[in-house]
Amino acid sequence: MADIQKLEQIVSQVRRDIVRMVHQNNSGHPGGSLGCTEFLVTLYNEVMEHNPKNFSMDGKNEDLFFLSNGHISPVLYSVLGRAGYFPVKEMATFRSLNSRLQGHPTPHEGLEGIRIASGSLGQGLSVALGAAQAKKLNKDNKLVYVLMGDGEQQEGQIWEAAMYAAHNKVDNIIATIDYNGAQIDGSTDEVLSLGDLKGKWEAFGWKVLEVDGNKLPEIGKTLKEAKSLSGKGTPILILMTTQMGHGVDFMMGTHKWHGVAPNNEQLKSALAQNPETLGDY
Amino acid sequence: MKKFEIQNVKDTRSGFGEGLTELGRTNPDVVALCADLVGSLKMDDFIKENPERFFQMGIAEANMMGVAAGLTIGGKIPFAGTFANFATGRVYDQIRQSIAYSGKNVKIAASHAGLTLGEDGATHQILEDIGLMKMLPGMVVINPCDFNQTKAATIAAAAHEGPVYLRFGRPKVPNFTPVDQKFEIGKAVVLNEGTDVTIFATGHLVWKAIQAGEILAEQGISVEIINIHTIKPLDEKAVLASVKKTKCVVTAEEHQMNGGLGDSIAQLLSRQLPSPIEFVAVNDSFGESGTEEQLMTKYGINTPHIVEAVQKVIKRK
Repeated sequence: MADIQKLEQIVSQVRRDIVRMVHQNNSGHPGGSLGCTEFLVTLYNEVMEHNPKNFSMDGKNEDLFFLSNGHISPVLYSVLGRAGYFPVKEMATFRSLNSRLQGHPTPHEGLEGIRIASGSLGQGLSVALGAAQAKKLNKDNKLVYVLMGDGEQQEGQIWEAAMYAAHNKVDNIIATIDYNGAQIDGSTDEVLSLGDLKGKWEAFGWKVLEVDGNKLPEIGKTLKEAKSLSGKGTPILILMTTQMGHGVDFMMGTHKWHGVAPNNEQLKSALAQNPETLGDY
Repeated sequence: MKKFEIQNVKDTRSGFGEGLTELGRTNPDVVALCADLVGSLKMDDFIKENPERFFQMGIAEANMMGVAAGLTIGGKIPFAGTFANFATGRVYDQIRQSIAYSGKNVKIAASHAGLTLGEDGATHQILEDIGLMKMLPGMVVINPCDFNQTKAATIAAAAHEGPVYLRFGRPKVPNFTPVDQKFEIGKAVVLNEGTDVTIFATGHLVWKAIQAGEILAEQGISVEIINIHTIKPLDEKAVLASVKKTKCVVTAEEHQMNGGLGDSIAQLLSRQLPSPIEFVAVNDSFGESGTEEQLMTKYGINTPHIVEAVQKVIKRK
């Protein structure tokens, strides 16, 4: 079990990895990646029982994670690399030709840690539910985690999946929504408001927890609470409030950095705010 | 012209149902999903025998494709069943990203394909599904011709590692292929050897091609009839070998001319063996309500149309 200081060190390094990856090809999505850093670092380093050194597509008898909002691939790649799924130096190939680190995650190029392609939004929850039901058939009592975006809640498939999960009592799944209130064209309130998201998920039959996704100890606590609620006949959702661009001051509080890379000066500033802790790739 | 004995008259979807039931007994990894069309897909026996391996999805096809993809992670072999229209066009991006690009071992079981769905009309009569599916990298596209072949194809699909699109239909049609046939994905079946023309047919049009062959034989035309049950991967060797001999081609299918079997054959021949070719297919049109015979006649994919196409293409040699 990692302590908070250890997690903070990983978080700082992951933030560096994110801005450096996005900077190197002037391409990628830093905003949402930075906002979900604490969550993914906690999940992979403190919560999930997984097997980074011996990746198998089937993932039998280990916890699984699916990223539905695939555009925040930089944070996932960094967390996977730092967890030991693949050599961290491979991050230098992000979004380049012949890379396994495609713009959006995919198992197509054989990258360890990735079990489904995502990028076209709204599909990850369904896949996670299928994997969760396969675990039940296999008498495998490990859990399935999935992260979705909040803008993604506008996709109809999410609600098909939400209805299906409750009806079938898929209680070995812990879904999380990155509730940062922003999408490409502006705030979710302006673009297509999500309304009472908590009430909607509860009405669909899910147990909903809420957490500030940029506070390390709280995330760990909430994920553990979610875990303790699994296996009780109800799927679990964590509504996780985050700040886009968290940890890089000029990227915070705006949706402008959804899919824009920092220039050289901005990179320098971002790196100065997040010290190197585990060695840059 | 070889004689083909009709063993009975059965729907191809029942062949799927029987194949699935057999798989339920022989392969514990096979699971089935259905979007509120269990009876239409003939899944009842599988469900009765394996209730824990069946997933009722409700009218939610997008979720069904995602859940099917997820079930493969954990080693399951899912057969996701619904009408062909809802199994392809409605969920194209789900199939593309979560199944094909992700390389998932999902079998898409698509019933009621084409005009022969009949009275429900054009909303349900998809004629574009072969094209949609064959364009996806790595997707195998199978369109068997009768009950026995659909059963064999279903069993073969489970043994194939990777995504498969299995297309079958609603109406009862002559069941004439061997009950104990070995179904080889990607292997064309020569039904009748001939020298004047080759008819490449798929699905329900295979029997129509046989009927056309009988009529043409009476006119002294020697017709080679090849059942292309697998449109992708296409048995290029078999196609080229036959056309080398006959030097002209008719393709026949219950599908749009754009994107169907004819397209695949023409593409191969234009590259390797340019030859006169005529297409018996629906020509850039939606269908409508009617009986299957009425529709096949009105939309130009019945026996006389094959006869006519053969007469025309032979003159172009």
